[in-house]
Amino acid sequence: MTAGTAPLVPRRRFLPVWFRDVLARPSGAIGLAIIVIHLAIALLAPLIVPYDSAAQDSKAMFADPSWQHWLGGDHLGRDVLTRTLMGGREAILVSTMATAVAVLWGGLFGIFLAFAGRFVDEAAMRMVDAMLAIPWILFVMLFVAGLGTGIGVLIPILGISYGLSIVRVVRAAALDVVTRDFIQAARARGERRSVVIVHEMLPNVLDTLAVQAAMTWSWMLLGFSSLSFLGFGATPPTPDWGLMIADARSAMMVSPWPALAPMVALSSLIIGINLLSDGLAKALGVDRMTKSAV
Amino acid sequence: MVRLVIQRILSSIVTLALLTVFVFFAVELLPGDTCTAYLGRDAKGDRLETCRENMGLNRPAVERFADWASGAVVGDFGVSPYRNKPVSEIVGWRMRNTVVLALSASLFGIPLAILFGIIAGIRRDKPVDMALSSISILAMTVPEFVSATLLILIFSISLGWTSGVVTAPADAPILVLLGSTILPTVALALVFAAHILRMVRSSVIDIMESEYVAMARLKGLPFYWILWRHVLPNSLLPAINVIGLTVAWLLGGVVVVESVFNFPGLGRLSVDAVADRDLPLTQCIVLILATGYIGTNLLTDLASLVLNPRLRTFRG
Repeated sequence: MTAGTAPLVPRRRFLPVWFRDVLARPSGAIGLAIIVIHLAIALLAPLIVPYDSAAQDSKAMFADPSWQHWLGGDHLGRDVLTRTLMGGREAILVSTMATAVAVLWGGLFGIFLAFAGRFVDEAAMRMVDAMLAIPWILFVMLFVAGLGTGIGVLIPILGISYGLSIVRVVRAAALDVVTRDFIQAARARGERRSVVIVHEMLPNVLDTLAVQAAMTWSWMLLGFSSLSFLGFGATPPTPDWGLMIADARSAMMVSPWPALAPMVALSSLIIGINLLSDGLAKALGVDRMTKSAV
Repeated sequence: MVRLVIQRILSSIVTLALLTVFVFFAVELLPGDTCTAYLGRDAKGDRLETCRENMGLNRPAVERFADWASGAVVGDFGVSPYRNKPVSEIVGWRMRNTVVLALSASLFGIPLAILFGIIAGIRRDKPVDMALSSISILAMTVPEFVSATLLILIFSISLGWTSGVVTAPADAPILVLLGSTILPTVALALVFAAHILRMVRSSVIDIMESEYVAMARLKGLPFYWILWRHVLPNSLLPAINVIGLTVAWLLGGVVVVESVFNFPGLGRLSVDAVADRDLPLTQCIVLILATGYIGTNLLTDLASLVLNPRLRTFRG
């Protein structure tokens, strides 16, 4: 961690150093602000929206923005503003939980592999490489074809699939740590492997893991929305950005608003998360360039 | 050198074999099988039995895997229960179309990305660089279905320059297909071109600060000669690696982009197959696209081995 020039007797502060470091960077501060606004909207949406998200009003069908409907109406005469404000709830919920699954299993398994014998490590990494060769969307779709869709299927599958790249990154970081003296010392003390992993390894790969978590969250959001767009994510009466864009696409000639509003909402949240992970990576001194592609 | 190449090829084959195992047994381990997916979870009785009999599902899994994998090698992926046709027949033309789309996106996107990456690199922090960098970051972060839909909204609906959906049938001649493939090509190229652009930009910045470029400048060589002789070749090497990595994105992006534009390729077919719960077809498409990924990665690795002598001494 980069603490800058700290005074000799550090004052106690409310926020940890790394967090203030994130906030001190424009990307971190702007990103966090966007995310907080989105989370607040998602939590408060049911209280503040002007209409019922499923209410159909034939007069508002393809309506242009007006004082009654600030962002117009969609093909069924539903209020676009209401649906856009509500549309992030399921996506944020699923992407957050799936990210937690991915970070948990990817992080622990990655650390475990750094410890495991050469044979186990080699075999597991071969398998991970083979699974990473499948584009993530097809990986998820393979399971959706077998199991059907729904939150209960998507959260674990998205978590497993995105966890694969976390396994790689964390294993690489853990391999760096595992040869250090304090790990040798802990093993020589006869600590159990689980204790070494949780108390000695985890704190040392936490920086890498935090940056990975932020990046994974943005991919996860993109992933779930793409699945919704294709018809495998959120189910129709639910207002969801991906689904709304898919629905509004065929009528864009009549009215672009029902497509534009969720596009702006979804893109702004993804950009916000990306900005935050950029700020986080710089604040923690983790290089994210090498892991950008898969 | 030869040993390295052989090693690299062998490891690709191992990955490919593991991939085949995974694609088959992932489906095998799920509750239900091809027939319950096709007939519905609660199907029982004669229809289910007949379907299982026809699909040969009553044999042991290992035996079926051997059949499936050895068939896959010669391009026989079994029969789709939903479409009642051999999978290879359904896939045929669409695979060609996806190859056409991916190739035209690469041929259009990669040179432009390298060109703009070099421009951004030598004009670092100038307005041109700021504009190019912001556009590429936007292209990288905004979901493909959003940028593709925006392209339709702007170029097809507002400006009316080209049609927003592909109407050519799957077996249309390539030229007819290409005529209506402009927007899908741009949509697909955007994301991975943005990655390559960023990579080229940062390596150009490194190279411009290097001692050999400083030396070339001191010798009084013309700027464009330095670019051509020193900067371009050295910035291409990292670009080749990124190309290999972003192909994964391209192959995944194919699914979304083809769906947006109704392009008759493998990606859209996979969406249909999943919607129909057509497992043999889905498995086949997953295998084809993942093989494409492994193959491209092998090619780019070998290309950088050939082009970059420094890598040849490394082991593994």
